[in-house]
Amino acid sequence: MTKYLFYPGCSMQKNARSYLDSMMAIRPELDITFEEVDDWNCCGATEYWSVHQVKAHALIGRNLALAEQQANGSNTLVAGCSACYLNLAKTANYLEEDLQLRAKIDDALAVGGLHFTPGSLDIRHLLDIVFNDVGLEKIRSKVVRPLTGLRVAPYYGCMIVRPDRENRYGNPEYPTALDKLLEALGATVIDFPQKTHCCGGHMTQISPEVAYELLHRLISGADRYNADLIVTLCPMCQLNLDAYQGDMNTFMDTDYHMPCLYFTQMMGLAFGHDPKELGIGKEFVDAGPALAKIGVELPEAEERPKPKPRRKQKQEGLPMPRMGDGNE
Amino acid sequence: MSEQFEPVIIGFTCNWCSYRAADMAGTARIKYPPNIRLVRLMCSGRLDPTFVLKALSEGADGVLITGCHPGECHYLEQNYKALRRYRLLLKTIAQMGIEPERVKLVWASAAEGVQLARAITTFVEEIRALGPLRWPLRLAEMDIKETAAVEEVVA
Amino acid sequence: MSNKQNQPQDEKERIGVYVCHCGSNIAGVVDVEDVAVWAKEELGDQGVVVSRDYKFMCSSLGQEMIENDIKEQGLNRVVVAACSPHLHEATFRKACERAGLNPYLSELVSIREQVSWVHTDKEKATEKAKAMVAGGVERVIENEPLEPLRVPIHPATLVVGGGIAGIQAALEIADAGYQVYMVEREPSIGGHMAQFDKTFPTLDCAACILTPKMVSVGEHPNIELLTWSEVERVEGYVGNFSVTVRKRPRYVDTDLCTGCGICWEKCPKKVIDEDFEQGLGYRTAVYTPFPQAVPKYPVIDTESCIFFANGKCKACEKLCPTGAINFDQEEEILLLEVGNIIIATGFDTFDARRIPEYGYGRLANVFTSVEFERMCNAAGPTNGEVVLRDGVTKPEAVGIVHCVGSRDRNYNNYCSVICCMSSLKFAHLVKERTGAEVYNFYIDMRTAYKDYDEFYQRVMEEGVLFVRGRVAEITDATRNPGEEGKLVVQVEDTLAGRQRRIPVDMAILSVGLQPPSDTKEVAQRFGISCSASGWITEKHPKLDPVATMTEGIFIAGAIQGPKDIPTSVAQGAAAAARVLGRINKGEMYLEPIRATVDPEKCSGCRICNNLCPFGAIIFHEDLMVTEINHALCQGCGTCVAACPAGAISGTGFSNEQVLSQIEGLLAYSFPKDFELVEMVPA
Repeated sequence: MTKYLFYPGCSMQKNARSYLDSMMAIRPELDITFEEVDDWNCCGATEYWSVHQVKAHALIGRNLALAEQQANGSNTLVAGCSACYLNLAKTANYLEEDLQLRAKIDDALAVGGLHFTPGSLDIRHLLDIVFNDVGLEKIRSKVVRPLTGLRVAPYYGCMIVRPDRENRYGNPEYPTALDKLLEALGATVIDFPQKTHCCGGHMTQISPEVAYELLHRLISGADRYNADLIVTLCPMCQLNLDAYQGDMNTFMDTDYHMPCLYFTQMMGLAFGHDPKELGIGKEFVDAGPALAKIGVELPEAEERPKPKPRRKQKQEGLPMPRMGDGNE
Repeated sequence: MSEQFEPVIIGFTCNWCSYRAADMAGTARIKYPPNIRLVRLMCSGRLDPTFVLKALSEGADGVLITGCHPGECHYLEQNYKALRRYRLLLKTIAQMGIEPERVKLVWASAAEGVQLARAITTFVEEIRALGPLRWPLRLAEMDIKETAAVEEVVA
Repeated sequence: MSNKQNQPQDEKERIGVYVCHCGSNIAGVVDVEDVAVWAKEELGDQGVVVSRDYKFMCSSLGQEMIENDIKEQGLNRVVVAACSPHLHEATFRKACERAGLNPYLSELVSIREQVSWVHTDKEKATEKAKAMVAGGVERVIENEPLEPLRVPIHPATLVVGGGIAGIQAALEIADAGYQVYMVEREPSIGGHMAQFDKTFPTLDCAACILTPKMVSVGEHPNIELLTWSEVERVEGYVGNFSVTVRKRPRYVDTDLCTGCGICWEKCPKKVIDEDFEQGLGYRTAVYTPFPQAVPKYPVIDTESCIFFANGKCKACEKLCPTGAINFDQEEEILLLEVGNIIIATGFDTFDARRIPEYGYGRLANVFTSVEFERMCNAAGPTNGEVVLRDGVTKPEAVGIVHCVGSRDRNYNNYCSVICCMSSLKFAHLVKERTGAEVYNFYIDMRTAYKDYDEFYQRVMEEGVLFVRGRVAEITDATRNPGEEGKLVVQVEDTLAGRQRRIPVDMAILSVGLQPPSDTKEVAQRFGISCSASGWITEKHPKLDPVATMTEGIFIAGAIQGPKDIPTSVAQGAAAAARVLGRINKGEMYLEPIRATVDPEKCSGCRICNNLCPFGAIIFHEDLMVTEINHALCQGCGTCVAACPAGAISGTGFSNEQVLSQIEGLLAYSFPKDFELVEMVPA
């Protein structure tokens, strides 16, 4: 039983509640426990950086200080949301390197009776600990309902690989950790070219046309490869792809029905959990038709148009290219 | 007439890498202090610790040992042996009243004339800060102290 | 103050000191006249009887000065204070030799590279020069007359690698009448050139110009061709190498095989040919890599052969008209005696999968340059048609990317030399065979050498489009109209000053050259070294590109660094010329810098035994003493330093020489009134 400190972040409590629920549901199979940081506050997401950098660091620093204080037996702080993860990791990194900043943040935190020692915490994303700590061997052994026949598009979003200096997910230009994880669950993973491209983030609020264009690229890309659904690891990405797909369709005059689920939900399904337990069924874009392929019945499944027929590819001509065993 | 202390340093170079680096520093006209006198050996592995002790006993204030980078030795692996000897030498000279900082090992490949010149300049300043060695005098002083201590015990 | 124990007591040294001005190179900083006068005065007791200064000691007059003094003044030691020994040590040694003095009784002290060129304070520089001269004088007293070692040169030569460079070298030596062994890892010689279609800038057919040479090698009475073989061990030294070669089993009896080809025609097991066809084509389990293979004998790939998997099939054996298939054939170990070795092991290409942004290995229509060569080749998987992965469709637009993996700090920092020219060649071939729109994405155009730039101009006139910029991404994620179903090359067009998305049907990546993956091991096996980027290190990058630091081992072709075919051929011939020169002389003289064990002093502690990477140290169990093989000893001196009993002496750099040099250097490094030792009260 490995214990991790856990920072849920605002999204996981509200719009990405299903991410949190599914994550908690699969703890027993992964043999891990999470201890939530007591009295954590919002990380400021991407907005606060453009308001006031130092204050943003202080806001995040408070979480780091609380986590350090709470750490008992574990100094790894895990976040499921990519923005929360990146914020925590960035601030921790800057406080280590920038002594002037550190002095200011020390002062700010001291006002609340807190202190953060740079280097005391190891900050990681949920996918990181699942892939690198738990490992594919263990995950494979827990699969009871393999996702055979389901074509998935692994979508990392822009944040977790920018930066990824230690190649935690593979080559940052072309990560493969989520791909391999989904393969271990039995799914057919497509070679999604936009796997690290931006979903638009908060552009849906600020400049919707830009967001719709970006979302269109992602969804049409997945569709071109005949994906049944997109698998993501960030609440923002899931929100955009799912909740704004309808608006995107209207704006671009398209008719996509590409559901978007979290990787923890896919793991839960593969481990045999009930979809309701994993928060599946609340999406804007119904995942029912896709999940029907693996024999999962969703409650309140509506009538949806059948998925488009597969384009057959005949193997003629030259042998297809191969990537080899691992990704360099 | 207070003149600045000018250390005298003996440097050992290997024929294939560090001596060529010194030549290269010369060809490129890179300046370094004249306090150092270089001795050419075929390989850093040739360095007998007695050479270092000889230099120090004849009045040198510091010794700089140079050779090919590990993995690039012309004789394949002999610079590793030089490294081993150097480590042991440092421990030994400390017991003989010499600060280990006075003997330094630096790797320099044949193309690293600039780096070698810089290393020499740095080392000269380091020795200058340590002051003159005058090892025979120091040994004599150590001898006197020890003799006195022994006499005290005996008395 | 010098140790005279090894000197015959009746012979007093008569030392000549010569201080060179080197024009103003030395004289501009060091007071050379003062140094010369000082040497005579201060070091007279040490034996300095003549001390001169002269403008250019290396000139004929300078050398004659030394020779005359030796003869007239009876000098028996010479010290020249001038430039670096790496430049003129040999010059002054020869001068001594001409005058009848053993050349090793001279010393060249560097007061140029080590003094005048690196110091600015003239007074201190002159003082240092004097100290250096004193060091040289004290050292030379301890010099002993040495005779260079004579080693005979075995007339046979080993050429490792059967590419164009190795082939050229082998033919030159064999045509001169001497035996050559050529060892090649693949089943056939020819190297990478055999894979190409046309060669730049003449657009000669590669096979047409290569195969005559290959045939010559195969038929030459003086060349023993060992293909499907590798060098396992190398022992010995220049003129006398013992090379162990492992000849892998072909499972084909070469005495019986006629090369008719029925075996590979009928073989039922087909696999993707990853080597010669670069994964674009197929071959059978029993195969020859290409039709013009030399030798013509096929090999059986045991990993794909059905018989080796489960004992069935044996179609080749049944159908062979001469019964040449032999599944029981075993490997052979051969021991070759050669005098010189030429290493011409060529190159590998950069693995484009390391740059996932370019889509190689994932996207169907992204090809590497070598793959494209195979496609263009008339005997290749598409019979020379330029088509997409489906084998049928001609591309309408092709993008050629330069510098893939080269000139890039993330991968290989160096330029691979030939890719610009071959990219232009591809552009021309694509235009010729498909009429497609061709884009070349380059950083700089490197088209030096004969007729290369004219070729570039020709390709420009053919209407090929050039975009100066590094390609950021090749993707099938289309966005804009006109991109559907295509590959999109996203690139910064630096001359237009904007990003561009260029839709193409096919992308060709001009991958850089790399040393073969096992070059470090190979180098160690031969006792030579590699540079930081992995290519084998030459003796001197400008003046001696085909020799290595190890006597008797030469290099030729791409293994010394990326290069084109004409240069590889030239280097092959150059290496051959060097070898022939050696063979012609029949013997060589080696520097007599060696270690010797005095058996009287050796206690058999064997501390030295593990210190020699050249295997020169032998321990005699019966006598309990160590001995050093002078021919194998390279003179590094590590064992000399290690011997606790001082039983090992090193000629050329003996303890006495070095210690005396240190004494000399330090004796004159301090002010006159410097007291080192105080009088100790009794």
